[in-house]
Parts: sequence; C-alpha cells; structure tokens
Amino acid sequence: MTAALLETRSVSKSFGALRAARDVSFKLEEGARHALIGPNGAGKTTFINLLTGVLPPSSGEVLLKGEDITTMEQAARVKRGIARTFQINRLFRGLSVLENVYMSVAERVGAAPQMITPAGKRKDVIDESMHLLETLKLADHAHLTITGLPYGRQRLVELAIALGLKPVVLLLDEPAAGVPSAETHIILDAIDALPKSIGVLIIDHDMDLVFRFAKKITVLVRGAVFAEGTPKEIGANADVRAVYLGQATHG
Amino acid sequence: MSAPTVFDHPAARALSRRHRLRWWEPLPWILALAFYFMFPRYLGFGTELLIMVLFAISLDLALGYAGIVTLGHAAFFGAGAYTVGMLAHHGIWNEPISSLFIGAAVAAAIGLASGLVLLRTTGLTLLMLTLCTMALLEEAANLGHDWTGGFDGLTGISIPPLFGLFEFNPLFPKTQYLYVLGALLICFVFVRTLVYSPFGHSLTGIRENTLRMHAVGAPVRTRLVVCYTISAALAGIAGGIWAQANAYVNLSTLGLDRAATVLIILVLGGYGRLYGAFVGAVAYMALSHFLAKVYPTAWQLGLGFLLVTIALFARGGIIGLGETLMARLRPKLKPKPPS
Ligand SMILES: Nc1ncnc2c1ncn2[C@@H]1O[C@H](COP(=O)(O)OP(=O)(O)OP(=O)(O)O)[C@@H](O)[C@H]1O
Ligand SMILES: [Mg+2]
Repeated sequence: MTAALLETRSVSKSFGALRAARDVSFKLEEGARHALIGPNGAGKTTFINLLTGVLPPSSGEVLLKGEDITTMEQAARVKRGIARTFQINRLFRGLSVLENVYMSVAERVGAAPQMITPAGKRKDVIDESMHLLETLKLADHAHLTITGLPYGRQRLVELAIALGLKPVVLLLDEPAAGVPSAETHIILDAIDALPKSIGVLIIDHDMDLVFRFAKKITVLVRGAVFAEGTPKEIGANADVRAVYLGQATHG
Repeated sequence: MSAPTVFDHPAARALSRRHRLRWWEPLPWILALAFYFMFPRYLGFGTELLIMVLFAISLDLALGYAGIVTLGHAAFFGAGAYTVGMLAHHGIWNEPISSLFIGAAVAAAIGLASGLVLLRTTGLTLLMLTLCTMALLEEAANLGHDWTGGFDGLTGISIPPLFGLFEFNPLFPKTQYLYVLGALLICFVFVRTLVYSPFGHSLTGIRENTLRMHAVGAPVRTRLVVCYTISAALAGIAGGIWAQANAYVNLSTLGLDRAATVLIILVLGGYGRLYGAFVGAVAYMALSHFLAKVYPTAWQLGLGFLLVTIALFARGGIIGLGETLMARLRPKLKPKPPS
C-alpha cells in the first residue's frame, strides 16, 4: 500500500479553551477530488492552516507522501507542492493581475531571488503567467490593478496565484464564494484541466458545486470529523442533513 | 519570438518594459550638473543635499519597497560615518573610496545582525526595536570616548587626494560635489536595478501582502534581512561620505533628528517610488529654508503641519500628487488608444 498524498493523524488544535480541531485523521489521496464541508466555525479554515503550516498543531502529525512535515516551515511545504487559496482574498492589491501571478510563478521557477536581471526580462515567467490567466478567462483583465477588479474576478486571481505554483496538493478555501454563479464553472473547468494526479481539497458552502465536484466528502463539525463518504452517502446521511445540510438551506 | 501573441498584450508589454529608462529619468542628473555650474558658491549645500538623497534612497529600499517600518535608519548612517571617521582620525586608513566600502561593510554587518533579530517582528514592535538599536549605537558612540571622541565627536579627519589627484577637503567643494554625485549615481543605478528585478518584485509582494508571500513559498524573512542589510550598507556609504565631506563626525550622524529628517524627506517626496528621495530632499531643504525665514522660532511646527497634511491627504507624497494629477489630465489630453 502506498502512502496517501497528504495525511493527518489525530491532529488537534486549541485556541485557549476552544478546540478548533479535535483528533482529525484525514487522508487526501493522489488524484483526489475531495470536499470538506461543515457549518460556520467548524474549523475548516483552521484545518487548512494546519496542513499548510500557518499554524502548528497542538498535537498530532501531518504527513506528505508518508513523510512527517508537522514542523516544516510554510515555504518549505510550498516547495514540496502544497498550495492553497484563501477564504478572504489575500492579493497584492496595489499590483496588476499579471504582476500578482508573476509573483508565484517566479517563486516556483526560482526566478525570485534574482537581483540583476529585470523582472520584465524573465519572458518565461511572464509567458507562463499570461497563459495561466488565459485559462482562467482573466487575460482581458491582466493589466488591471486588483483594486479595480470586481470581487468575483479577484477570487479567480486567488486561484491563479495558487495554480502558478503547479501544486501536487491544492487546497481551496471557498474558492467560489463571491463569484457570480454563472462564473463558478470557470473554477471547476480550471480544476478539470489540471493533471489528474493532483489531489484537490475544496471547502465550500455551495452544495451544488460540492456535489458536482467531489468524489469524496468529509464533514467537519465542531473541529471533529463527523462523517465521511461519497457524495451519495453523505447526501443520504440523516445526521449530516440534520446538522448541516438542513441548516445550509436556511442560511 | 516564440509566442508573439502573449507579449502583444498590454499587461505583458507593460511588465516587460517597466525597467526601461523613461524620458524624464536623466532630468535629476542634468539638474544636479546644472547646479554645479550655476551655483559654485552653494556646492557645500548641494553636497549635503545629495548625501541626504542617497540616505533617503537607502531608506526607500527598506521602507518604501519592502515595507520595513523603521525609525532608526540613522544607526547605519552613523555606523558608516564613524567607521570612516575613526579609521582616518586614528591614522589607520583614509583612502576615500576604499574607506566607503569599509564603512558600508560595517553598516551592513550591523544591519544583518540587528535585522536577524528585528525582522521577526512587525509594526510597532519593529518600530521600537529599530529606535532602540539606534539609541544603543548612539550611547556606545557617546561612551567610547577614546575611539569616538564621545560627545564632541572627532574633528580633523584628513582625507588624501581623490585618486591621488584631486585635493579632498571642505576647501574644495567642487571635488566633493562631483564625488558625491558620482557615488549617488552608482548607488542609484544599483537600487534601480534591484527594485525592477524579480527580487525587488518579491519585496513589493512582501509589502503588499506578507501572508500571501509565505503562501507562495517565499522565504520572507531571509528576503527582508537581505534587503535590510543592503539598505544599511547604502546608508553607511551616505554616512561615510558625510564624514569625509565635513571632515568631522559627531553624534548628530546617528541621532533621532537625522532619522526623522530622512523619514520626512521620503514621505514628503513619496516612498516606494525611487525618485521620491530626490523630490523630497529638494522640497525639504527649500521648505525648511523658507519656513525658517518666515517663522524663525517655530519653523519646525510648519514642517510638522505639512507632514500631517501629506500623511492624511497625499499618501504618495509630492510625486504621488503629480501622478494623480497626470492621471486626471491624461484622458482629457488625448483620446484613449484602442486596446
Ligand atoms: N487564530 C485564531 N485564534 C483564535 N481562534 C481562532 C483562530 N482561528 C480560528 N479561530 C476560531 O476557531 C473556530 C474555527 O474557525 P475556522 O475559521 O476554522 O472555521 P471555518 O469552518 O472555516 O468557518 P467558516 O465556514 O465560517 O469559514 C472559530 O470559532 C474561530 O473563531
Ligand atoms: Mg473558513
């Protein structure tokens, strides 16, 4: 048996008395299209922060392809292929869309430490960034400053920056929140276009999107894994409906 | 070209050309040379101005580009000044150009050592720690009387002729002015190259969104420390030149006054803009001169008032105001080109 792409073993995280993650054991397989759902404040974002190294877990282990990365720095994890997007946009707001994507592509190809060559002469980085923007239907906006961009487009830039890292593991924290529903397909299309071997974990409250996308769903409630299964199983699970799906239709 | 379509795009074209020299960029240098020929009697003043420009550029790299909020940048100016001053005063070494390199190295070493500690923090903590570093150095310079001359500083720093040819002391302001202008040009070209490089781009990224830079795998703290060290070295060069040009060093080179002045210059001109240092230094010198004439007793109050106004209403300083004005005017001047 080969190790899962990304795995946690009884990971817990406490903020004072609040236990935002409780003994979460979780596996993201190679090529997974996995969704993580749960009510507001369930600890979904916290879990991504634990996976990416933004937060150290209070206990438990995080493994990438069987290797323990629990104490590894965030940047080192990114170098090994873990990329994420943020629930609330974290963009370089004063820069153009292209310059935003340039940032992550330049890091990945190792251009970023260069001090003498002008950034504009790394045609390879510009070229790749522009192609990425084309696949996300953002090319027409490439010259705009982030602040001049509609929120929905900004969400796509979030995704573009993450894709610029050519990740092995892609963690998407509510990528479609704020994107007009007519445009959510751009996100799913972009994910479809990725190499199949990439493991994708998506958090979203939009059940349409989740059920369209996911082959497997994990439900998180109050920091703990509440249920896990195929979309069919989760959809039919009465407990899940009671705790989450029912509530979601209200909110 | 392999993919002409991509580079036809305005965004790609803008990015691939942004490091190119713009038509107005030689202007400051032409003006500086014009000053040399037109005001031979004010070259001492001009030298002081150019030194402050260089100092402000060093601060712009750290503050304007990387977003490192520091109030203690005079620590490095002073480190350079004292290094050059002490070496010459104690008869150890006084060749001007190599002295500057030594001054830069010492300032860089202090920048590196303090940066490794300081740059773990941000915001107000960082601000306080930069202040403390400067205060520590100032106190050391005050106490190390035998070496630094203590409160009185060191006078009588004699510098041998430049390149063995040109007399170098305050009696030869022409030599000094051109010397500073040359050093400024070299340092400026270096900083300009740096800020347009991918490294400079990533510094901007850290300023714009540190969290995101971590998330794209950038070694954020290393980058900041490197930037801080380079910035310290440049400030050290500015300080070293100051000591050489004045033929003395004293505590004013690393006090809060100087740190505040350079900050005001940069904010006044516009930070993160490369040329803010030039505009700011000229504006500052002109304003303080003017205000001192009109309100001899309270001119600093006027300056403070102006600074508050700029901080509140014109974050980009004078250059920022100019940019806004141009952006407003441009659509009226010519119709937008079809994209
Ligand atoms: N850094 C922190 N310090 C203290 N408490 C935190 C921190 N981060 C998150 N929390 C708390 O942990 C709990 C889980 O938050 P988290 O953001 O992970 O939830 P979520 O499932 O992503 O919710 P949402 O669907 O609203 O995004 C919340 O109660 C939150 O207030
Ligand atoms: Mg969340």
